[in-house]
Amino acid sequence: MITIVTLHFLAAAVAPALVRRLERRTFLLLALVPLGSFLWLLGQAEAAFDGDVRTERMRWIPTIDVRIDLALTPLNAVMALVVTGVGALVLFYCRWYFREGDREMWRFSAVLTAFAGSMLGLVVSDNLYVLFVFWELTTVLSFLLIGHNPERKANRRAAMNALIVTTFGGLVMLLGLFVLGHEAGTARISDILASPPEGTATTIAVLLILVGAISKSALVPFHFWLPGAMAAPTPVSAYLHAAAMVKAGVFLVALLAPAFSDIPGWRPLLLGTGILTMVIGGLRALRQHDIKLLLAYGTVSQLGFLIAVVGAGTRAAMFAGLALVLGHALFKSALFLVVGVIDRSTGTRDLRELTGLHRSLPVVFAATVVAAASMAGIPPLLGFTAKEAALAAFIDLGPDADLGVWGPVALVGLVVGSTLTVAYTARFVWGAFGVRSVTPPTVTPQRVGFVIAPVLLAALSLVGGFAGGFLTPRLLAYAGDAPPGAHEPVLTLWHGFSPALGLSVLAITAGLLLWVARRRVAALQRRVVEGLHVPDAELVYHGVIRGVDRLSIEVTGRTQRGSLPVYVGIVLLVLVVIPGIALAQAWDGVRLRGPDNLLQVAIVIVVVLAAVLTVRSRRRLRAVLLVGVTGYGTALLFVAHGAPDLALTQVLVETFSVVTFVLVMRRLPPFFSDRPFTSARRIRVAVGCLVGLAVGGYALLAANARTARPVGLDFAEPAYDYGGGNNIVNVTLVDIRVWDTFGEIAVLVVAATGVASLIFLLTDRATSHRESRRSRADDKDSGWLRGAGLIADRRRSVVFEIVARIVFPVLMIFSIYLTFAGHNLPGGGFAGGLIAGLALMVRYLAGGRAELDSAAPVDAGVVLGSGLVIAALSGVVPALLGYNAFQSGIFDIPTGLFGYEVHLVTSLFFDLGVYLVVVGLALDVLRSLGGGIDKQGEEKGEIETDTGEVAIA
Amino acid sequence: MATNYVLVIAIVVLVACGTVLVLERSLSRILIGFVMLGNGVNLTYLVASGPSGDAPIIGMGSGEMTDPLPQAMVLTAIVITLGVTAFGLALAYRAWQLTGHDDVQDDLEDDLVRRRADLDHPSASFDDIAAGIPDEEGEDQPSEPTGVSDDELAAEIEAEDAHEEAAATRSQWVDPRDRDTTRHTPPDDTTTEEGR
Repeated sequence: MITIVTLHFLAAAVAPALVRRLERRTFLLLALVPLGSFLWLLGQAEAAFDGDVRTERMRWIPTIDVRIDLALTPLNAVMALVVTGVGALVLFYCRWYFREGDREMWRFSAVLTAFAGSMLGLVVSDNLYVLFVFWELTTVLSFLLIGHNPERKANRRAAMNALIVTTFGGLVMLLGLFVLGHEAGTARISDILASPPEGTATTIAVLLILVGAISKSALVPFHFWLPGAMAAPTPVSAYLHAAAMVKAGVFLVALLAPAFSDIPGWRPLLLGTGILTMVIGGLRALRQHDIKLLLAYGTVSQLGFLIAVVGAGTRAAMFAGLALVLGHALFKSALFLVVGVIDRSTGTRDLRELTGLHRSLPVVFAATVVAAASMAGIPPLLGFTAKEAALAAFIDLGPDADLGVWGPVALVGLVVGSTLTVAYTARFVWGAFGVRSVTPPTVTPQRVGFVIAPVLLAALSLVGGFAGGFLTPRLLAYAGDAPPGAHEPVLTLWHGFSPALGLSVLAITAGLLLWVARRRVAALQRRVVEGLHVPDAELVYHGVIRGVDRLSIEVTGRTQRGSLPVYVGIVLLVLVVIPGIALAQAWDGVRLRGPDNLLQVAIVIVVVLAAVLTVRSRRRLRAVLLVGVTGYGTALLFVAHGAPDLALTQVLVETFSVVTFVLVMRRLPPFFSDRPFTSARRIRVAVGCLVGLAVGGYALLAANARTARPVGLDFAEPAYDYGGGNNIVNVTLVDIRVWDTFGEIAVLVVAATGVASLIFLLTDRATSHRESRRSRADDKDSGWLRGAGLIADRRRSVVFEIVARIVFPVLMIFSIYLTFAGHNLPGGGFAGGLIAGLALMVRYLAGGRAELDSAAPVDAGVVLGSGLVIAALSGVVPALLGYNAFQSGIFDIPTGLFGYEVHLVTSLFFDLGVYLVVVGLALDVLRSLGGGIDKQGEEKGEIETDTGEVAIA
Repeated sequence: MATNYVLVIAIVVLVACGTVLVLERSLSRILIGFVMLGNGVNLTYLVASGPSGDAPIIGMGSGEMTDPLPQAMVLTAIVITLGVTAFGLALAYRAWQLTGHDDVQDDLEDDLVRRRADLDHPSASFDDIAAGIPDEEGEDQPSEPTGVSDDELAAEIEAEDAHEEAAATRSQWVDPRDRDTTRHTPPDDTTTEEGR
């Protein structure tokens, strides 16, 4: 089963490509998928009806024990046959329905096929969550189908309505599914049905699930989305209304009915909404002029009927319900397809403009009469036998389901609904094929293939009427386990002068009378609707949506003021207030001690001074240099604490970032923009002091609260044994907490790419170094640094160039040494990469951007990418070899020289990746914030160029 | 465990000064504050990790080792700060390129939403007009929108802001060095045209 479902999705994936080549003939190919599935299911179904249920299980998400469970129970088999059979015919029909060269066909073909696959998956799923996934897939795909033509506002709105209503129902249902799965202890539907859980939670869960079913099947009060769904192309309406989507709700009710129909609330809810929907849908269908819309309201009415019968939950009713599902699928799809033929032949669907079609489209007319008779419940058709069974079931509903007086009430509702059904069926046939005194529309002749599908479906309705003996045991297999009722249900054309037959005759006669008196009925309806101010469900729904929109605007407008300082201030104040309360309560017993050494005191004084001066400074560069002082001070504090790795990294980072700051600041105005000394500044200072004191308090308290031995001190042994290194901090980075580090270098890659894209915008940063390589070819002699020739002589410094030239290789070698040595001594990929970055920076500062390109003639993106790839590989390769991801291997490789061995730990490769990422970041920063800004300055003529012109600075 | 109060003083000052700068509107000041906040927060790790000691390298020193785990965390934090700072600088530069200053302005979209709330308008995308009958073919005739569009609101706000700004410049002293000319384009000189 998983295979045929998957096949649908594969077909959907290739459909757009096929459409390009085969045009409309694609649909013939696509129809083969549901057709093949139908034939396969036909073979499997017989076993299912005999009680041999085929099941399939697949692992899906083992960590939360979710599996893909599929099963072919008798119910599933009937539904799956309907879904695939009608699906095949609808796709076949699309071949002629669409016009030559329709530009939306590629999308439509894919979505419709995927929709068919989702629907098939839904009706064969045997797991609550799998069912939900397919359920939501049909919701999303039906949104796309209904919104097929987004040019009309009404269509967009119809699609949104369908999406919102069915998603709302789906979410409510999901809640119910979770609770049900939890109560039952399993998500497998067959297990839940075999031993249904009991209790209040289960009752609520099932009722929540029913809300989902009611919304999907368009019952009152959610019925308004279904008529809007006619915005979809007619074949979709045929499929959506007859075999798919709306049938999902019926399916769900039918699925749960055997186990849960006796829980409180089930029957009142389903019988009440079902019969109400049946009557309302019928009444509204009588008011329509568009025959497609008429059918759509007819579907609403029929769905109410189906849900009421299936939901009644007695053996006879469930049997009749399934028979009705089958009958409805056949006649409703046939009728919609007929509407499509009429629409394509005449160009209109308005019954006031149609006349005399029974002469020009005789075959279609015959098919319509048969299918419509089935809808009205006229013998000898499947619709008649199924409705007889339903009426018989409802006659015995009182005693069977212990409903007392409500049984006859439901029966009366059913008969009223059936009467209306007969009336709107008559209206449909008369409307489509009747004779009126209007100009007959010109009828375009259609190909034979176009009418095959509706004719075949209508014929099946006829065959089904006579096949009662064949269908009865098979459909009964679904309801088989339910307790027997007052009578044994059966599908037959003749079972004597029974009360059911009497009611059928009554409904048909009354319905025809309603149709004969249609003008008076219509006038009466109009008067009642206008007189009583019946609330329109769609208007109520739009009122709700409007209210939600207004509420969100009010809430957003009150809370989102749009000012960054205010937002940050609120965040920071929360940081002060909420943990601050806890701080005040726990303040007792904080013990202080003096400085570890005098060096700390001296450094702290400098840092404090620098920090205060930074805030006060109005010049950008001064602020940058002062913040650098705090950074170096922090590095010294690291040294005093005994953290050489931190100190090393901090110094390098601080140097790099100060230079980067300067590179950018040289182009910005020298002063910060003016901020008059206002109350706002006082507030900022107050918030700053509060936050500072709070954070200091938290630090004190956190340190004091620490009583256990730090876990980090126990890292020493594993660091050596498993990580193969002496430098515990480095082993922690590349082995013990390697996932962290991997995440971090990914962030660095993103940041570097962001920097480059902000400066170079649309131009590819990869081209910048190639450009300069080209210009270097015709370079004049440029002394110590080749790239420096681009800089005006006046701004060159020979001493700096010489130093840069000499220092660069030394620094590069040192950076590589640091990376390799980092496992045992202070250093590692970060420090090494930063040193290399500084080396490049020296070259750039001495020789400009061309010199940077000659020092590193590679694209920064390549360096970043290869670093990330190497780091990832060092995690993947051990996993592929059967170890844990990122597990270190330790090898001692003899070199053959004096018995000396090279101690190689594979985490070195990860560190190399880190090294490359940091170098790439440095390269990107220098190329963008250095070279990129230079270039943009030159283009504006504000920086001296090689050619010697000095522009106005 | 007793705590080293000297380090705590450094933390308090660094975080306080960093916060003051982060609450500014100038993006470069925000970034400088961000770097300073980073230094302060990194020091809190140091305080919380216990007393100072020998470097956490096996075979180096003989006394008690410092806790290596917070150090590893801080090391990543330092490098991340560098990456984020570089990105912020690029943003500041880009902002300067586009607007002539690097101040973070109030978000116009948020302002629009606030204005809508004051006027009791629905959102711009909300559509209340009767939509007619859905059909698979054909398209709508363009119709007049009922609500107030974002553009109209934006123009309204801009006019108000210009008015307020003019009032503010009159009342407050502004350093002439900082007054950026890009934002205050002088009104077109119409006299020459009239003279023709």
